[in-house]
Amino acid sequence: MREKQDMTELLQYVITGVTVGSIYGLIALGFVLVYNSSHVINFAQGDLQMIGGMMAVAVLTAGLPLPIAVVLGTLGGAGVGFLLYKAAIQPAGNAGPLPLVVITLGAALVIRGAAESVWGRGYYSLPAFSGDEAIHVMGVTVMPQSLWVLGLTAAVVIVLTRFFDATKTGKAILATSIDPDAATLMGIDTRRMKLLCFGLGGFLASVAGVAIAPIAFTYSTVGLMLGLKGFVAAVLGGLGNFKGAVLGGLILGITETMMSGYGASDYKDAVAFLLILVILVFMPRGLFGASGAERV
Amino acid sequence: MANMNEMATPAEVVPAAPSANAKVETRSPLRMGPVIALGGIIALLPFATSSEYQLHMAVMIGIHAVIAISLNLLVGHAGQISLGHAGFMAIGAYGTAILSSRYGWPPLLGVAVSAAAAGGLAFLVGHPILRLKGYYLAMATLGLGMIIYLVISNEVWLTGGPDGMSLAVLTVFGTEIDSAAQWYWIVGGILLLVYWMACNLVDAPIGRALRALEGPDALAASSGIDISWNKVRIFTVSAVLTAMMGGVGALYSGFITPKSADFMQSIELILMVILGGMGSVAGAVVGAGIVTMLPQVLTSLEHHESLVYGLILILVMVFMPKGLVPTLAQLARRFHR
Repeated sequence: MREKQDMTELLQYVITGVTVGSIYGLIALGFVLVYNSSHVINFAQGDLQMIGGMMAVAVLTAGLPLPIAVVLGTLGGAGVGFLLYKAAIQPAGNAGPLPLVVITLGAALVIRGAAESVWGRGYYSLPAFSGDEAIHVMGVTVMPQSLWVLGLTAAVVIVLTRFFDATKTGKAILATSIDPDAATLMGIDTRRMKLLCFGLGGFLASVAGVAIAPIAFTYSTVGLMLGLKGFVAAVLGGLGNFKGAVLGGLILGITETMMSGYGASDYKDAVAFLLILVILVFMPRGLFGASGAERV
Repeated sequence: MANMNEMATPAEVVPAAPSANAKVETRSPLRMGPVIALGGIIALLPFATSSEYQLHMAVMIGIHAVIAISLNLLVGHAGQISLGHAGFMAIGAYGTAILSSRYGWPPLLGVAVSAAAAGGLAFLVGHPILRLKGYYLAMATLGLGMIIYLVISNEVWLTGGPDGMSLAVLTVFGTEIDSAAQWYWIVGGILLLVYWMACNLVDAPIGRALRALEGPDALAASSGIDISWNKVRIFTVSAVLTAMMGGVGALYSGFITPKSADFMQSIELILMVILGGMGSVAGAVVGAGIVTMLPQVLTSLEHHESLVYGLILILVMVFMPKGLVPTLAQLARRFHR
């Protein structure tokens, strides 16, 4: 009997971990997308996630129905992503990594500060997309919103993979990431591709933000931690491919939930930072070692 | 990032190295001009300030200036970004507080031991971490700083947790050091000493070795520079200085909270370096002055701190990538001609 209870508990943690991990994975996808196209690590990725959640809440509060709030929230994140590229990344020209770290870090602070000015420092949440009635399977409780999160993540991965494999724009982005000069010679507007990737990155982040808003609170400073964890997930996956990013997110999410479930909940957040130190130092290519061509 | 460009092609670097060598031989090894200027400012400032509050601001600027100089050696000269320096500052502050208040050590010994501990930590983690470059180094140092922050926030029995902890008044030779005026001279003295050392270090062979670290590793290595040893050395030195000033600052303010170790504090330190001018010793002091006074000047800043800091970071990087002091110096030279 005791053993069965333990198993149920473990399973519950795994499900929670997978839900949280999907969110990390979505943010990680944004990192990978932006990094692949323009070799920038966008420190503002987590704050774009926050913008998505906040905007959806704002639209809902304004009296519009939930589906519209969800859509506008995700578009809001995409818009801020575009703006970030236009206003801060493009003017910097061919700056090296150090200035770009500083610029995206600055952008993260600006987004956070703007959100604080508009929405204050309060904690907000969205209602669940399809009700709060828990589903019970084998003694484990699953919230419908968790299924939404998982479904959205899976859908995004599939659509993105198709996009890069089968569309002209997707291939143009890949060409831009592999060799911008050659891509330009082939008539690809590399700037537009980078802009597109920043927007897409913002979109992915805010999809995560909107999807998680019914489960976890959204607030102005939530982006720092989430962004860092998204980055950890991306690096775990090798910072090269989408599946690696999502897998990295799942591993981080499950590890974290286990950590807080079986004891040291105070140090739940430290898991990500310890992981990043260990990975960067011992496995700089990530767990799933992206192929050399994708990593520069 | 001017140095980065200078280092971009080997053809540019190779002829530059011997000429830089020649310059040093003809020049006196001690550069006193800027040091005398700063010394003059420190000596005369109390005559221009009237209130205790202004002296307090001066002490805070002095403490930050020393940290900014040490961080600038790492970020500006050696091109190795650290987003976790507030962690070292906190090790100094909490180390001093714990050793003196909980274990009854003499406070100054507490400062020395915790600065040494920060140096030891930097030395230990420096080797693996500084092999990383650019974004990865930024993330790794950020992670290190956050771990220190989390430990300080969570180990309530030792650090008091979010409530913080208080320190006893520093007593030296039976005299209580508790006025801003006394602290002003102590911090002013430290600042002058560190400023003098940094000015000379920058032009000494080790300073040129540091600048070579910013460029491609193979290039520095081919000039006979032990890359990893030099990176670890400067990382350790800057950690020791930062922790030392963390300890001094804790003794000065008499109360510390984990906020002094958080991410925004690290950002503030980086902002000082970037705004003043990467690779400029005087720039670090100017940057520390501006960033420390910013909230006071813009009283409406209170709730918009991150917005303003973020805007400054972006604007400086886009329009003045060299920072304030080097850009102004360049303008002055052009005007002079």
